[in-house]
Formats: sequence, C-alpha cells, structure tokens
Amino acid sequence: MVDRSGLLALAQQVAPTTLAVQRCLPVDGVFDDLLPAGLARGQRVALTGPGATSLALALAGRPSQGGSWVAVVGAAGLGLAAAEELGVRLDRLVVVDPPPTARWGATVASLFDGFEIVIVAPGHPVSARDDRRLSARAREEGAVVLQLAPSGQGRWPGADVELAVDAVSWDGLGEGHGYLRGRRVTVRSGGRRGAARPRRLELWLPDPDGRLRPVTPGAALSAEGALVPGDADPPRLSSVG
Amino acid sequence: MDRAPVRCLVVWCPHWPVDAHRPPADIPTAVLHANRVVAASAPAREDGVTPGLRRREAQGRCPSLEILERDQALEARRFEPVLAALDDIAPRVEVVEPGWCVIPTRGPSRYFGGDDALVALVAERVRAVVGSGVEVRLGVADGPFAARVAARQSPPESGLLVVPPGQSATFLAPLAVDVLERPELTDVLRRLGLKRLGELASLRRADIVGRFGAEGDRVHRLASGLDERPPATSDPPPDLAVAVELDPPVDRIDQAAFAAKALADELERRLLARGGVCTRVVIEAETEHGEQLARTWRHDGALDAAAVAARARWQLDGWLHDRSVRRPTGGLVRLVVRADDLVAATGRQLSFWGDQPGSTDRVQRAVARVQGLLGAGTVRVPERRGGRGPAQQLVLVPVEGVGLAERDIDGPTTALGAPWPGRIPPPWPARVHEPEVPAEVTDHGGTLVQVSGRGVLSAPPVMLSVRGRPAEPVSAWAGPWPVDERWWDPATRRRRARLQVTVADRAHLLALEGGRWWVEATYD
Repeated sequence: MVDRSGLLALAQQVAPTTLAVQRCLPVDGVFDDLLPAGLARGQRVALTGPGATSLALALAGRPSQGGSWVAVVGAAGLGLAAAEELGVRLDRLVVVDPPPTARWGATVASLFDGFEIVIVAPGHPVSARDDRRLSARAREEGAVVLQLAPSGQGRWPGADVELAVDAVSWDGLGEGHGYLRGRRVTVRSGGRRGAARPRRLELWLPDPDGRLRPVTPGAALSAEGALVPGDADPPRLSSVG
Repeated sequence: MDRAPVRCLVVWCPHWPVDAHRPPADIPTAVLHANRVVAASAPAREDGVTPGLRRREAQGRCPSLEILERDQALEARRFEPVLAALDDIAPRVEVVEPGWCVIPTRGPSRYFGGDDALVALVAERVRAVVGSGVEVRLGVADGPFAARVAARQSPPESGLLVVPPGQSATFLAPLAVDVLERPELTDVLRRLGLKRLGELASLRRADIVGRFGAEGDRVHRLASGLDERPPATSDPPPDLAVAVELDPPVDRIDQAAFAAKALADELERRLLARGGVCTRVVIEAETEHGEQLARTWRHDGALDAAAVAARARWQLDGWLHDRSVRRPTGGLVRLVVRADDLVAATGRQLSFWGDQPGSTDRVQRAVARVQGLLGAGTVRVPERRGGRGPAQQLVLVPVEGVGLAERDIDGPTTALGAPWPGRIPPPWPARVHEPEVPAEVTDHGGTLVQVSGRGVLSAPPVMLSVRGRPAEPVSAWAGPWPVDERWWDPATRRRRARLQVTVADRAHLLALEGGRWWVEATYD
C-alpha cells in the first residue's frame, strides 16, 4: 500500500524551487549598497547624468564575465575599449545600428531572447504600446534593459530603477600636466516598488588602477596624481606611453 | 528490412567557393568565412593553404595570398549553368550546396549505356561548362554518401571513380572513419580503437546504437554501405507542399526570397507538427510566361527554415541572373516549396535545466531576426585592430562575416602587446564620436589655440565651445599628445594633437587636426 503522506512529503522535497537569486543577475560588488540584489531579470534601469554610459557598462561587466551576452541598440559611438576596461567581454557584445523609429520596438523585443542585457538609448519618445510590450517581453525572457537617457529628457519614463549620477569629479588633470586618472562619481538610486527607497553610493569609476571600488572617506588625489594619506592604497607608478 | 540504397552519381567541385570567383590562375586566392579558410586556389594550395586554417596562419604560409569573403549567392549563381547542363542528361538533379550535386543514376545509366558511359558524359559536360581550371570529381556508388566518398577518392588524373553495384561496403571498409565528416564522433571512435569504416561496420548495430544513440545508427548504416536513414515504414507521407501566388509578378530577388522565407517557415511548422523532418526540399518557381524552374536541394542533416530560405534565394539568384539561354522572360508568379523524403525527427537533446542562456544558438537567432528587420550590415561586433585613438583600437565589423561562437576578437592586423607611443593612457573614453564633433578651443584673448610642429601649445586653453554652443570655461587640461602617423605616405599621413580637458562635470578628448579642433571622444 502506498504511503500517501510519505509521498506528499517527498514531493515537497523534490519540487523545483525558483530561488530568488536565480531571478537576478549578479553585479560587481561595488554596487551592493545601490542594488542589493543585483539586476533583477525583467527589470528596466534608467541611467542619467554624466558618466551614465560608463555606469551602464560597469553594471554589465560582471554578468558579461559570467557568460551573458550584451546587446547595444542605438547608442551611437559606444567606446569599445572603455567597455572592455569596465569588464564587458567583447566577444559577447553585439552592437545594433540605430533602428528607424517604427522598428525600434520590434528590434529591442527581438533581442530579449538570447541577450540577457540590452542597452538602449531611444532617440524618440517610446509609445505606451511599445512600453507595455517590451516590459512584458523582458519579464518573460528574463532580460535586463539598461536605458541611457540624455539628461533631463524622459523618453521612456517609468523605469523600475533610476540611477542618476549626481556629481562627477575627475582626478589627475592639472593646469597643463597630468592625465585623467580616476573619476569619483556619486550615484543616487530611486525607482518603483522595491527600489523606491533612495540610496546613495560614492564610487571610483574607475579608480587610477582601473578598478571599481567605493570611495573610502578621506581619499583624494592631488594635482600630480599622487594619493594623499587617508587612503589605504600606496601610490602606484604607471607608464604613460 | 533495409532496402538497397539508390545508386547515385555525385559531381563534386572541391574548391567551388574559390572557383566561383574565377580568380586569375597565377594569383594565390583563398575564400574565408568566420576567419577560417573555406577553399583555396591551386597556387595557394601549393603553398600549403588548406581549408580550416585561420586567416593569420594562411597568410603566414602564403604572404601574397589574396583573401575573399565567402559569397554563397555568387557560388549558387555560378553553379546554375552546371545544373542547367546536367538537367539535359538526368531528370532529377539534387543540389546539396553549390559545387556538389547528386544524380540518381538508374534511368540515365540505362539510357546512356552503363555507369561508365554516363560518368564520362557528365564529366565532359560539366568540364565544358566550368572550364579547365576548375577541379571536378565524380563518383558513382550505392547511396549518396558512398558516392561522395568515391568522388573524394577518385584518382586525380581522371577524377572519376565508379564503384560497382553492391560493392559499396567493400569499397568503404578500408577507408578511415574521418570520411564520415563528423569530427567529434570520429574522435571518440578513434580513441575506442575503430580506425576504419570496416571495423565499425563489423560491430553489431545494436551495440553501436546502445553507445552512440541515433547518430550511431546513422553512422553504422553509412559504414555498411546502406542509406543513412531507414525508409519510412508507415504509409507514404502525403505531399507536403506550400505554395504562394505572387501578384503582381515579382522580379526582384529580395522580394522573392522574402516570400520563400515565409513558405519555409510554414513548411517547417507543418513538418514539426507531424514530428518529421525532410532531407530534400524541392523549390519550384514559375514565371508569368509559364517558364518553370524546379530544383531539388538535399541535405544530410535536416534543413531548417532559414536554410531553405537561403537555398531558395540562391536558386532564384542563379536563375534570374543566369547568362545562359534559360533566363526567365517575366516575373515570378508562383513559388512552391515541397518537402520530399520525410523521415522521423529524432529531436535534439536539450540541456536538462532548459536552454542554456548563454548558448550562441539563441543569440544567433536573435541576430538573424534583427537582421531581418533592419537589413544586412546593421548588426556589428567588435574586433581589435590596435591604434592610438579610441576609435582605432577597436572597430565594429558586420556580424555576417564572423562566427559568433568561440570568437576571437583579434583582427587581422593586431600587433598584440606592442606599445603604441603617443597613445592616450587609460582609462578609455566611453563615448567615441563618429563623426567627430567640431569644436573651438580658445585662449585668454579669444584666439584659437594651436599646436606647433614641435608639439607645443600656443597658449593654455581657456574656453571650449562644442558645435557652436556657448563657450564654457576649461577647468583642467593636459597635453598635447602629438602624433604623426604614417609620415612616409602623403596619402595616409595623419598629424594630430590630442588634449584632455575637463569642462564643468564632463571630460573630453579633443583633437587638433588640419588647424581645426574636434571632440574626438567624451569620457561619459
């Protein structure tokens, strides 16, 4: 005789569980304060402010290393070397020319099946129909949309997460000497539902060694590019040619 | 019960991808696809350029190698006259791909008085069409696989090999398992100690199937000289054909190919609904004046919709551009795609937890869809070139020319690890302006800042105006990084000086060339 209660218990045990963690793409550790769970699949993240492009590439870096394919639609003149520096695997990057407005929605929708991160920069106001269709499609396929918006213009409002770069400070340039070494940015996050609570993060994007890391209090670069005391890292020499 | 396979004649032009381009006989030429050599002309082969080599290896073996990209439409177009010549001899000519076709020999052989006579006649006709510089091999045996192997094994002087009926198994037995052209399986077979087809055929089929599954069954049948798949034991499959009437008549390739793609999708859907795949597809086109062109396309694997659509395009391209007598005189009014030789679909083993998200199949399908929406050349991928500026380091190349799986982003001219003196130090800017944005850099007095021949700025930059907008003060700057590239060639000489400036919260990479300033990139 079959033990029904035992069978039920076994069924509970072996039932497939969808772990919440599988519904997210992990991002670089420096963003933990900003995006505690990483990039949730199906979400749209709008990035604004100076440095938004680098921020988008930095977010895409870790997933790209982990095997995800990244597509870029309509972002004219993406810096490929910068993408590589920020961690994006160039052999898993595809760039699509800006589509005509009428085909934009269909193009982005086609990319969701196959590409886990799609970076878009819509040059036109996105219609409500496209918005609904793309949101549904992204959720269904588990893709993440990183939207680059020219500052202040809401081409596609209503993103799930909004990351705004408030302040940018480049270090390393003086009056006719030095070179751009590191950039400190302050990123403010907002958005809908779970991301509604505003968060702030100050990070190096990138730091003089090319890494992403949070800004430790008291760190600054003098005009010559040497780190003043207050930062844990000793000064580094690097070649200039 | 296994029936005896249909006796076939295979016409095979081993180097068709390069022969289709009609290269000059003295210049070594190779055709590449996805950075690998597909075919090479005779002088290149003498230097050691063989199919499968990577581009740089091939160029290393033959420095004067002329490289061409694979153009399958051109190959199909140039093969069409060969098929037209063969149509006169045999009622059914099945094309596998341009350069390789299969003719069932039962009828023609009887008509022309034997296999040898038939082969000699076909060889003569084909060679008359393609000319003397093109290598043509012919083989006759039981079944298309054995016939192809016979064509490969044919002696170079005559290029003909006829395997007597019923002798295919004996013919195949001493050959190495590599002729199966299934590299992964061959690798395993070799390691198991099975080096020859005869050894494989001598094992029991049940054992092979138990170890290798459906593919093992196919391979064992081929090694035994039988047909690849057993004939359908159920009722003869109904005629699966999909047709479309084109009104008004279509005379443009892309419109016809688009219609063919829709037909191919519909046919695939119907086939899948039956759980079958077809190994032969007949594509028929009819013009408004009643001329018809029917071509049978055969494939060892199963043809999917994209492959069928591509073959339809080649066929129509060949027909509409054929210089021989048979050019159609009107537009196409009817297009029919018919599935022939239905076999049960054995399916693919999907990965246990569902499709791997990173697998390139899905990516390639997505790319194909976007190309269908936007056209060719709109999807590009990065390739490394090397250079001093952000736009030269890495460039975007169309995805059609590369293979997305296992890609190596180093392009043909990369000097890996070589220093580039005069290069801007990293980090690289995230926005590269193409075309470059005109700007004005002025000093205290409002005059344009210049860079002398020795790389010295005329005055420190104070104001920057981008694209005619109001000038903003420069908060910090560094440079210039002067570069004088290719000074030995007046045509390609570039003299440029770069500056890094920060303006408010943005940093730009400015460049002075020809007396004018440009914003080359922005550190966005």
